[in-house]
Amino acid sequence: MVGTAIGAAINGMRPIVEMQFADFSSTALNQILNNAGTHYWRTNVSVPITVRLPSGGTKGSGPFHSQSMESIYAHYPGLIVMTPATVEDAYTMLIEAVGIDDPVVYCEHKYLYYHLKADNLPTEGLPTGRARIAREGRDLTIVTYSAMLHEALAVAEQLVNEGFEIEVVDLRSVKPLDTNTVLASVARTGRLLCVGESFPWGGATAEIIARVTAEGFHLLDAAPQRLNAKDTPIPYHPNLWSAHRPNAKEIARKARALLRE
Amino acid sequence: MLETATRGKKSTRSKAAPHERFLEAFRWMLLARTLEEKLVSLYRGGLITGGVYIGKGQEAVSVACGLFLQKGDILAPLIRDQAGRSAFGEPLLDVTRTYLGSRQGPMRGRDGNIHRGRPRDNQLAMISHLGAMVSVTVGALMAKRFRGEKNFVGLSCIGEGGMQTGAFHEGMNIAAVEQVPLVVVATNNHYAYSTPNDREFACDDLVDRAIAYGFEGYSVDGTDLAKCLDVIGGAVKRARAGRPPQLVVASILRLSGHGEHDDATYVTDEIKREPFARDCVKVAEQAIVDLNLADAETLTEWRRDAAAQVDQAISTAQKEAAPEGDEEDWCAISTRDMRRRRSCSAMTNAFLSTDKMLAEHSAAPLRQRKVSRRNFPDAC
Repeated sequence: MVGTAIGAAINGMRPIVEMQFADFSSTALNQILNNAGTHYWRTNVSVPITVRLPSGGTKGSGPFHSQSMESIYAHYPGLIVMTPATVEDAYTMLIEAVGIDDPVVYCEHKYLYYHLKADNLPTEGLPTGRARIAREGRDLTIVTYSAMLHEALAVAEQLVNEGFEIEVVDLRSVKPLDTNTVLASVARTGRLLCVGESFPWGGATAEIIARVTAEGFHLLDAAPQRLNAKDTPIPYHPNLWSAHRPNAKEIARKARALLRE
Repeated sequence: MLETATRGKKSTRSKAAPHERFLEAFRWMLLARTLEEKLVSLYRGGLITGGVYIGKGQEAVSVACGLFLQKGDILAPLIRDQAGRSAFGEPLLDVTRTYLGSRQGPMRGRDGNIHRGRPRDNQLAMISHLGAMVSVTVGALMAKRFRGEKNFVGLSCIGEGGMQTGAFHEGMNIAAVEQVPLVVVATNNHYAYSTPNDREFACDDLVDRAIAYGFEGYSVDGTDLAKCLDVIGGAVKRARAGRPPQLVVASILRLSGHGEHDDATYVTDEIKREPFARDCVKVAEQAIVDLNLADAETLTEWRRDAAAQVDQAISTAQKEAAPEGDEEDWCAISTRDMRRRRSCSAMTNAFLSTDKMLAEHSAAPLRQRKVSRRNFPDAC
């Protein structure tokens, strides 16, 4: 499927490949990473494909219909990795993805299908590669993307009652990664928590912490923290699943600990 | 100077008498053999970094893969297809620049040896993962059909080792489902690196798989140039005429190591005595002599001409500068200004007009799917 899309893209088309579940894109890793991802660099001919990955967990979906794969794709050169969190971004960024001359891995969280609605579709969108301050604050920066944005925003609201103002940064795309917006936010708050739904070893949250520590160590008042899913396959049972991924309770616990430091 | 498939005049080529085409093919084989022998000596002299992978013994199959294609057709060559690449239109300079690491080659030092290609000229650039290029060729053909192009074919090369990969099966399947004008030429050179046929597959004959895929299947003795031209040329013609996708399985022995770093000591003496172990260049030359198609003087002249072309391409590439790390553009994507604001509405309109174009062309009826239930013994 991805191979044919690459062939068509080299021949002037702009194919969109829908993976049904992000998890299944692992069977196309070779074509995405080694063929699409290397093609422009090797041959000077870009491959304008959009690979749609319905991502993230839902109740009862289990190990093979719940994964978040953005960190794998972001690790490899030659790909753009979009992780929209809102209906508006999902709309404008998908259109943008098709228009971009490079291969785009478009991670659309299934939470967006089920839980979010927009009254009007926008005609203008923030370009990919620019993060958005989803909520302003002064005490702690939570950097997140995709469906975890909504968990983070809920925690931010909750912690207002405890006297904290949390700033929430929606990355929108993990590659390119808008380090400047993150650094500017950390400069305001002095504290950083990164939240992502993918597995904990390495990945987007680790990359953000590495960058902020390297470039903005002096801005930090406390050691930066990260929160990801657990390092096991994604469980089937709703009770286990909701404890496997970062949830509002976990994020709030981690945020409070950081704020007390 | 020979005319390449993509640059030559189509009409003269398709109307060439069989013996003329045979001689033309032989000259491409000679050029490929000469070039690759030279590359091997450069490699042994330490002047080529990485590897050298040659098509010694496969030239007759390979040249037939390139020779019958025309401008607008697609060739997806693999590692032993120098003869086919040249006949299709790859300049010798592309080869020597890539092997010798010139910054002026199509790969500019970013990729080496047989991974080179010119996708814009329909010479696809292979990746090392065998089987992957079949579906890419299918996609390129689908794009041509969407655009309403006519009279085109794609030819994807594979070996018997690559035939055992999952990617190959997927590519074959989608080709038959989509009924694209594809020819897959599978060269069984009897070793996947060092793995012999009996450890690669357990079926009697690889061509039997054609029926299962929905292809028409043919076998050919890959050491016999006349038969290769006949069978592969016929397959290209049938694909162009709207027959189902075509599979040709050619039998040869790889007359070199997997690459020049491999001394191939695992190739048994027994297999070297098989009829398929003949050297196709020698067999073709003998046929020329036996049938008196060209005299000794002409053959010598052709060899001299091939050597001169190769020397010229090598000396040119050797004089060119190598890429430098501190001058390289270390950006793997073509989009340089991601932050440029885009207007959604303008883009949506652009896509709508594309939709309209696609709707018009995809309305053309798909090819009639008619798959023969038998192989075609007339081919071998």
